[in-house]
Amino acid sequence: MTVTPLGIPRRLLEFTIDGEPVRAPEGSTILDACRSAGKDIPTLCEGDTLTPKNACRVCVVEVEGSRTLVPACSRRAEPGMEVRTDTERARHSRKVVLELLASSVDLSTTPQVAEWIKEYEAKPDRFGPDAARLNEEPKVDNDLYVRDYDKCILCYTCVDACGEQWQNTFAISVAGRGFNARIAVEHDAPLTDSACVYCGNCIEVCPTGALSFKSEFDMRAAGTWDESAQTETTTVCAYCGVGCNLTLHVQDNEIVKVTSPHDNPVTHGNLCIKGRFGYQHVQNRG
Amino acid sequence: MDLHFGDSKPTDDERAAVDALLGPPESSWEGADRSDADLRWARGGREARDRRDLLLPGLHAINDRVGWISDGALDYLCRRLTVPPAEAYGVATFYAMFSVKPRPATVLHVCTDLACAAAGASELCAGIEAGLGPGVHVERSPCLGLCERAPAALAIRAGDPVRTAVSAPATVREAVLAATAPDSAPEEPSAALAVPQAGSSDLILLSRVGVVDPASLDDYRAHGGYTALRRAFELGPAGVIREVTDSGLVGRGGAAFPTGRKWQATASQPDHPHYVVCNADESEPGTFKDRVIMEGDPYALIESMTIAAYATGAHKGYLYLRGEYPRALRRLEHALVQTRARGLLGDDVLGQGYAFDIEIRRGAGAYICGEETALFNSIEGYRGEPRSKPPFPVEKGLFGKPTVENNVETLVNVLPILKMGAPAYAAIGTARSTGPKLFCVSGTVDRPGIYELPFGATLGELLELAGVRDGLRAVLLGGAAGGFVRADEMDIPLTFEGTREAGTTLGSGVVMAFDDTVPLPRLLLRIAEFFRDESCGQCVPCRVGTVRQEEALHRIAERTGAAAADDIALLREVGRAMRDASICGLGQTAWNAVESAIDRLGAYE
Ligand code: SF4
Ligand code: SF4
Ligand code: SF4
Ligand code: FES
Ligand code: FES
Repeated sequence: MTVTPLGIPRRLLEFTIDGEPVRAPEGSTILDACRSAGKDIPTLCEGDTLTPKNACRVCVVEVEGSRTLVPACSRRAEPGMEVRTDTERARHSRKVVLELLASSVDLSTTPQVAEWIKEYEAKPDRFGPDAARLNEEPKVDNDLYVRDYDKCILCYTCVDACGEQWQNTFAISVAGRGFNARIAVEHDAPLTDSACVYCGNCIEVCPTGALSFKSEFDMRAAGTWDESAQTETTTVCAYCGVGCNLTLHVQDNEIVKVTSPHDNPVTHGNLCIKGRFGYQHVQNRG
Repeated sequence: MDLHFGDSKPTDDERAAVDALLGPPESSWEGADRSDADLRWARGGREARDRRDLLLPGLHAINDRVGWISDGALDYLCRRLTVPPAEAYGVATFYAMFSVKPRPATVLHVCTDLACAAAGASELCAGIEAGLGPGVHVERSPCLGLCERAPAALAIRAGDPVRTAVSAPATVREAVLAATAPDSAPEEPSAALAVPQAGSSDLILLSRVGVVDPASLDDYRAHGGYTALRRAFELGPAGVIREVTDSGLVGRGGAAFPTGRKWQATASQPDHPHYVVCNADESEPGTFKDRVIMEGDPYALIESMTIAAYATGAHKGYLYLRGEYPRALRRLEHALVQTRARGLLGDDVLGQGYAFDIEIRRGAGAYICGEETALFNSIEGYRGEPRSKPPFPVEKGLFGKPTVENNVETLVNVLPILKMGAPAYAAIGTARSTGPKLFCVSGTVDRPGIYELPFGATLGELLELAGVRDGLRAVLLGGAAGGFVRADEMDIPLTFEGTREAGTTLGSGVVMAFDDTVPLPRLLLRIAEFFRDESCGQCVPCRVGTVRQEEALHRIAERTGAAAADDIALLREVGRAMRDASICGLGQTAWNAVESAIDRLGAYE
């Protein structure tokens, strides 16, 4: 059961989206309001449990009076705002952003992005065969999870989840600058030499599959990963008294990874190493 | 926060460099040897964590002493400040002047940017590399802010103390000498040499450059110094803001926002403390006016900052200085010591019971740190990435507090405003661009340098003064983020409104002239390369867009007409998205100059 705290009632703001009057509670973002109004805006770097860093710029919309487009995921709605979500200008930026991303990183495991690329008629190939790409080898340096930064869009959500927003371990950060910016641990060392405590909260928020369970990584490599054949069961972690919710992803009667419901008001999708990775004892059948 | 430190240890030198900045460590929790007391109690890192803003000075301390930042040195600094090593690594690798890989103690920065490129920087580089042994690391550098003496080179030799030498205009022999024997390099010419009008009685902002001794507070006072601050105390904070507002002063950094409004907005914030930040991170290629003011008239800047602080209710100011300006740093440090000793800074400024002091923070080679919110992050010890606005700095700026941020030129305008009064100041220039304006003229002109003219002079008049040569092909206005105009557009008035009407921008006041010997496609490539290098990497349109633009420019470098059309269309599409969807001004303006070269100059026709 998920308990939703009610909190203090908030004032409603009135503004318009695509000419339609809408009302949204004070403090909501344009994206929140759009979603409640049934408008679909693509998002990549926005994580539902985190304060968005608005780095990907795929959610941009037009706001009357603003010189540039504004990121819907993080701009707060204001009374009287006139928001346009689907103008030629906004669509153009989204298209180019999708092209820029898809031309520089591997988006093959990013959910939904293929649909958006189609919808916005993005053509990542048009930058030519010599367009600079990341082309990095996956970093497999521990038994729990793999960092495949060739798929990383630098959305900063893993950094925020590992750092001040949730885990407070600060094991990973952005290093370098510009096109050379990368997620890295201190001194670019292997994960095993870093401050990482293997809570896996970064994997939970990574929108592209750049961070994944070693089990998933291996099964993908072997061609046996099959999401359609998986079942998900949410249960309670039995390790300690906190009682976090775990969602077990099971394929062929084996747990293949563990996630956690984001709408749980206590854990918000975060776990510790035991809940996230300590599931082998369940399937020891020997 | 559970910090984890590896087992790499600092060398004695590295430890000494950090301790010289922070004082010796007090317990093993901070990196000292373990004592019995340490085994029984743990002091929380909260106090140290509050000094996170010393991370950048700490990185400088190590880099200055050793020439690069080793794992052990970084970990030790992190321990001292309770900063997670991964974050500190992210900060250290953000700045161009730091290295986390071993390198020789001497680094020679050779400018390959626009003015220097036009003056033969690539031949210079080749010559230098051939003439130097392995003991020096040669770094191709963006604009060093010495464009009036292009081509320029800056040698930095790590040690205690760190030694620097400038060679400009550089020859192979002199640059090699500066790198191999920085101590015996000749003293740089006086800052006044960058001001062709020096000594002229028409000057307002530059009137003291070359006239006063920049090391003498008495001399500054003998030339009218500190009368503006006295006037400010007579007027009171609200009165000062009224004068500044009535003067019509707008920011000179490029954004042209009304200064009085900014001050008023900061002053009226209920949250305290308030901060004053002087943006002296002049890194726009082709700009060097702030350097000349700081080198030639440093007290003027300190007096101006004091007035800004008094008006906005701030008691602490930060002067964020470009890391590549060693002489300006020395002069300002000296000036701060003098003003403190004479009660012009400190607990009781001018005996008025008003407390104010200034701290200098050195940048470390990142153009983006000139963006105001990136500058705050940089001071605070984070990566110099711009924050998204709102909230605006007047509400939540440095350390999350109300902050007024102005660049050097804007601030020094406050002195004549208070001295002559707002109406007299507003009478200078045009109705909408009031006051005097500084222009940095460089490139193919006979007398490059800083010129001070009332707003409203035309581009032709300015270039006439600077000795424009025959065969002028194009002028870049506003630096790399600005735009090109043609040689037949000399009657463009140099005002904010006039340049806007002409479809271009005044930007920060850069005027770079290029005659027809300068290969335009190479210049455009250099601009693209500059933005690709300087993008912070935070947002996709800028991080990837600048790379794709540079690639397209490479493809069309040798092509024109129909053969280039596809790539030009691509450039336009990417450029439009960058302008619309980038987080900050860098990405938003990165395509301006190239676009203007295509549209106004017909660069690839
Ligand atoms: S597993 Fe946890 S501690 Fe390790 S990097 Fe990810 S979020 Fe940080
Ligand atoms: S690894 Fe994943 S979560 Fe982290 S920045 Fe890259 S894409 Fe985002
Ligand atoms: S995930 Fe960790 S904290 Fe949560 S219940 Fe399991 S053991 Fe306890
Ligand atoms: S989802 Fe809004 S900027 Fe990325
Ligand atoms: S110093 Fe070289 S271009 Fe400015």
